[in-house]
Amino acid sequence: MGRTLAEKVWDAHVVHRAEGEPDLLFIDLHLVHEVTSPQAFDGLRLAGRPVRRTDLTLATEDHNVPTLGVNLPIADEVSRTQVETLRRNCAEFGVRLFPMGDREQGIVHVVGPQLGVTQPGMTIVCGDSHTSTHGAFGALAFGIGTSEVEHVLATQTLPLKPFRTMAITVEGSLRPGVSAKDIILAVIAKIGTGGGQGYVLEYRGEAIRQLSMEARMTICNMSIEAGARAGMIAPDETTYEFIQGRPHAPSGADWDAAVEYWSTLVTDEDAVFDAEVVLDADELTPFVTWGTNPGQGLPLSAAVPDPAVMTDDSQRLAAERALEYMGLEPGTPLRDIRVDTVFLGSCTNGRIEDLRAAADILRGRQIDPGLRMLVVPGSMRVKEQAEAEGLDAVFTAAGAEWRSAGCSMCLGMNPDQLAPGERSASTSNRNFEGRQGKGGRTHLVSPVVAAATALRGTLSSPDDLVPATAGR
Amino acid sequence: MEAFRSHTGVGIPLRRSNVDTDQIIPAVYLKRITRTGFEDGLFAAWRKDPSFILNQPAFAGGSVLVAGPDFGTGSSREHAVWALMDYGIKVVLSPRFADIFRGNSSKAGLVAGQISQDDAELLFKLLENEPGTEVTVDLEARTATAGTLVISFDIDDYARWRLLEGWDDISLTLRHAERIDEFETTRPSFLPTTTAR
Repeated sequence: MGRTLAEKVWDAHVVHRAEGEPDLLFIDLHLVHEVTSPQAFDGLRLAGRPVRRTDLTLATEDHNVPTLGVNLPIADEVSRTQVETLRRNCAEFGVRLFPMGDREQGIVHVVGPQLGVTQPGMTIVCGDSHTSTHGAFGALAFGIGTSEVEHVLATQTLPLKPFRTMAITVEGSLRPGVSAKDIILAVIAKIGTGGGQGYVLEYRGEAIRQLSMEARMTICNMSIEAGARAGMIAPDETTYEFIQGRPHAPSGADWDAAVEYWSTLVTDEDAVFDAEVVLDADELTPFVTWGTNPGQGLPLSAAVPDPAVMTDDSQRLAAERALEYMGLEPGTPLRDIRVDTVFLGSCTNGRIEDLRAAADILRGRQIDPGLRMLVVPGSMRVKEQAEAEGLDAVFTAAGAEWRSAGCSMCLGMNPDQLAPGERSASTSNRNFEGRQGKGGRTHLVSPVVAAATALRGTLSSPDDLVPATAGR
Repeated sequence: MEAFRSHTGVGIPLRRSNVDTDQIIPAVYLKRITRTGFEDGLFAAWRKDPSFILNQPAFAGGSVLVAGPDFGTGSSREHAVWALMDYGIKVVLSPRFADIFRGNSSKAGLVAGQISQDDAELLFKLLENEPGTEVTVDLEARTATAGTLVISFDIDDYARWRLLEGWDDISLTLRHAERIDEFETTRPSFLPTTTAR
């Protein structure tokens, strides 16, 4: 019987297999950041162990870094300690690090692909759940805990129990103004935040094939929000084109050998998935969340749902609690919800294409004076590219704030936070209670919906806008 | 991880059930960046009470903790095991452990031995009536001996083997170090490294 893409990558990395034991898998790339690594390095130190493969390990500062004044010491003590500890650990163990202020610094899941160290068929881990992002290249990539970080640092392997596979087939083509973010929010709304548990998801179908690498990363990034271990997309010409010429991409004969191997990384026709889900891209419209988990989402044209008509007890309870926290009334059109803050950034939507899409909407317009908009590039390279294209000027002219790279308001570990009761339209990945700041209320949206919302002040899609020149 | 054969130390009767991991170490201690030094967080709330068992001189330096049923429930934090070990606890005996806590224990080198409710009662009485009594825990024989009292405890074979041999997860994997070396020689040359270019 044929094998799925995920099974092929898994099989190619088995170092040791024995009855009754988990498979021991080799890890091709280990990404490290300041929050989940300190105890792992300390564990190595206690046991007198070195990092086995510093040449397959890469560290960056992202979760805690301020996005203003990046050349100053971090004011918050816990944040500063974590960042300084990472610097000490990387120096002591010989791990390459991109510190704040470095040209290569950025969110770990933006940095890997842009350097070209993320490639098809690899196993990639990081002490961060959004490691699934790298699956967009046909890599098997997933988040791990601190003990596992120590295990990989010491052995470059992980003992892993097998997973099940789920095909998410998205047929058709996206309509203008509808993006990858809408696909994944619709997927999560459909299968639920636990629907992917125990599975590696493979996104396939015509609509997926038409997506850019940035868009594919957005989709794989949020696989974890459906509870999945990882998400993957088979590599193709789009993938090769993205990788070619990047600093760590193979070249010459290695490039040819790589492409030959990468082209085998597809699910065999006779392979069987443990579960299958089908979506029609033609039917998708911009999606937004109304609740406090990423599965509580609806098309923007809908209204806040009424928990009273929900038949499932746990769903009704969750919805009641969510609406109370979100300060929303059933029946309110989603388009009428007013926000205080718009956040454009994160490992979900902080890449150059995301900034371009939002800038295209904002160009020549002014954001609503009643709100603030934060634009936080996913990496310093993205920032540099955006500035070369003049996007920073578009954002600042529209009234938005142009910041330096980091995780920022996605999780509010740095000073970029919502105040209690504040409401955001955010291109990030989690709308959990308090995620963006204590008492903060989050609506997850795509970059173009974020931009349109910033202009109108209420949740909006680009279709709601009057053409920029029409009024003149 | 240090191999564990047997251990003799003062027994501490903690006559409470459902000692959850938030009681073992409160969340505020989880902000730290080290893997050691969590002893001050152990039972932090209870230790503010001068009459708490660990604050009584007879039990100072105790290393065999005897607790009521459902020890280690709640959050999965590995810090709970670290805090106990950093304090100097080598063995916890309880009629029932939470699964995650039990798993974390054997990974870190803490012996979590399950005893019957009746034996727990006998131990509590003995340790309370004669504070400072030492308990000898023999992992090989799966017995705990205090004075004339000899009780047996349960621990699963795999956890016992790991503790007897001193295998932590990493040393278990490093038994296959040669296989890892071998695998590394077969990796294609086109795969990237993170070395600066």
